[in-house]
Amino acid sequence: MATESRNARGIAQGNSRWYHGPVRLRIALAQISTSLGNVAGNLKKHIELARKARRQGAELILFPELSLTGYVLQDLASTVACRPVADDPVFSALLHESMKIDMVVGFVEEDCRNRFYISGAYLSRGQVLHVHRKVYLPTYGLFDEGRFFAWGDQIRAFDTRFGRMGMLICEDFWHASPPYLLWLDGADVLLFLSSSPGRGLHQKGVLESAGWVEQVNQSYASLFTSFVAHINKVGFEDGLNFWGGSTVFDPNGHRLVCAPFHEESLTLADLDLNQLHRTRARLPLLRDERTELVLRELQRVLAQSGRTNNIR
Amino acid sequence: MRDYLPHLQIDTDLVRKILVSFLRQEIERTGLERAVVGASGGVDSSLSCFLCAQALGPEKVLAVLMPYRTSSPDSLADAQEVVRLTGVNSLTVEITSMVDPFLERFPEADQRRRGNVMARARMIVLYDQSAARGGIVVGTGNKTEILLGYTTLYGDAACGLNPLGDLYKNQVRQLARAVGVPDRILAKAPSADLWRGQTDEGELGFSYDEVDQLLYLLVDERFSPSECVEAGFDRGFVDTVVERIRQSQFKRVPAPIAKLSNRTIGYDFLYLRDWGT
Repeated sequence: MATESRNARGIAQGNSRWYHGPVRLRIALAQISTSLGNVAGNLKKHIELARKARRQGAELILFPELSLTGYVLQDLASTVACRPVADDPVFSALLHESMKIDMVVGFVEEDCRNRFYISGAYLSRGQVLHVHRKVYLPTYGLFDEGRFFAWGDQIRAFDTRFGRMGMLICEDFWHASPPYLLWLDGADVLLFLSSSPGRGLHQKGVLESAGWVEQVNQSYASLFTSFVAHINKVGFEDGLNFWGGSTVFDPNGHRLVCAPFHEESLTLADLDLNQLHRTRARLPLLRDERTELVLRELQRVLAQSGRTNNIR
Repeated sequence: MRDYLPHLQIDTDLVRKILVSFLRQEIERTGLERAVVGASGGVDSSLSCFLCAQALGPEKVLAVLMPYRTSSPDSLADAQEVVRLTGVNSLTVEITSMVDPFLERFPEADQRRRGNVMARARMIVLYDQSAARGGIVVGTGNKTEILLGYTTLYGDAACGLNPLGDLYKNQVRQLARAVGVPDRILAKAPSADLWRGQTDEGELGFSYDEVDQLLYLLVDERFSPSECVEAGFDRGFVDTVVERIRQSQFKRVPAPIAKLSNRTIGYDFLYLRDWGT
């Protein structure tokens, strides 16, 4: 069964470990500032940082949402789009680099029908293992994504050489259901990519938006007894600041690393993947999750007109 | 009235860090290296000077002091003190010889027109220095005055970057105190100093602390005017402020372009200024 092959996570019996995948994973969080609409310049930065991360022993490097293009693209969106395939000049260079280190990059994807998505790609050993198209496009407040981009319509976990993972992009994880679906689909490491504009003044040392994101990421790690790695960008686009503060939480909800706020950095996090075994032995939330009950009740709720406002 | 001032408290270290980075990075992106700031000796422009000096180094900042013959000598002295404290370069350009010949042509001009002419004369000086020295004009307008429209369009409102425009006056004061703007400047009554005895609060008819709290509820917290009254604000005060905000919207947006073609600047030709950088 696919679910078994995909979830060959370390289940230790006594002292003997009979799972064959790696136990440790060093992730590099490439918390970068981007040049708006300058794909060549951003690509160069990706490659330089991937090499630097590799030299520091990282096996996976994460870049933020729209890391190859910058965030507030507006009418630039269609001009910076690419396709995550080997004969695309941008992805050709990235895939070459991925022979030495797994990479997650953010980009504008143009599909075969010329729709444009905010996408993230997981590249490994010269292959595109997975592409996630952002499913929630914020179009409110300072955000205008729905005007320029198409909505993704899939939330799928995927297998990597380090186990099964899931990827979401910014607003995707402001909603509780996408991380939940990835968890049920077998993801043990959740990769969250953001270009999150900082906002909300108060006295607490971080902007309100930064505090909110860290809080929910810690909650997801705890509720789903999973690793949650969040990579956010820094720098400015006109008056918008991007706050960085990228984090990794372990399955106990403990913060393993936090990158600096408002500064570029390459931050390393060492994940002990056997923590999944230890945490879930103590706290079997995944084992006890009543998915049929959820489905039954969700179907009942959706059948009631007026109960939810977004059936799509 | 409930005290909403605690809601306006800011983490000055964090805000300073963001604004200094904003000035440094956004000036660099324009391809310019320097900043030009009109220094009046007031809290706002003093704070802008301090932030620019931190962002670029004082040698890359030019403070331009632009007194008119009726300006308070204290204003000039306070601006000079800011120049001394920050170590920025300075230039004094009296605007009297620009303004008076113009106003002689229109002797009937009231205080409002005269004030606007002075504010726009200062803008001409700043933008000329911008061209002469390769520096961007850094603005000093705060959120309170922008929302109230208490500003001269193409005058003191004109700038290339504005670090203070999302801080209410109360918050500007907090930050100014934290970065070392002298107490003397913080303590004096805010004034555009366009005529003798002018003060902002006298002219507006309410204090900054009062209106900052109301603006915070109306704008940031999206309270309706009625909810503001329920929160303890005087109905007349609320109505005055709401109407000021509405009537001054023209100062906060570019002039509308009449749309004719399929693609029109401002409507469907949309790019950030940082495009390509």
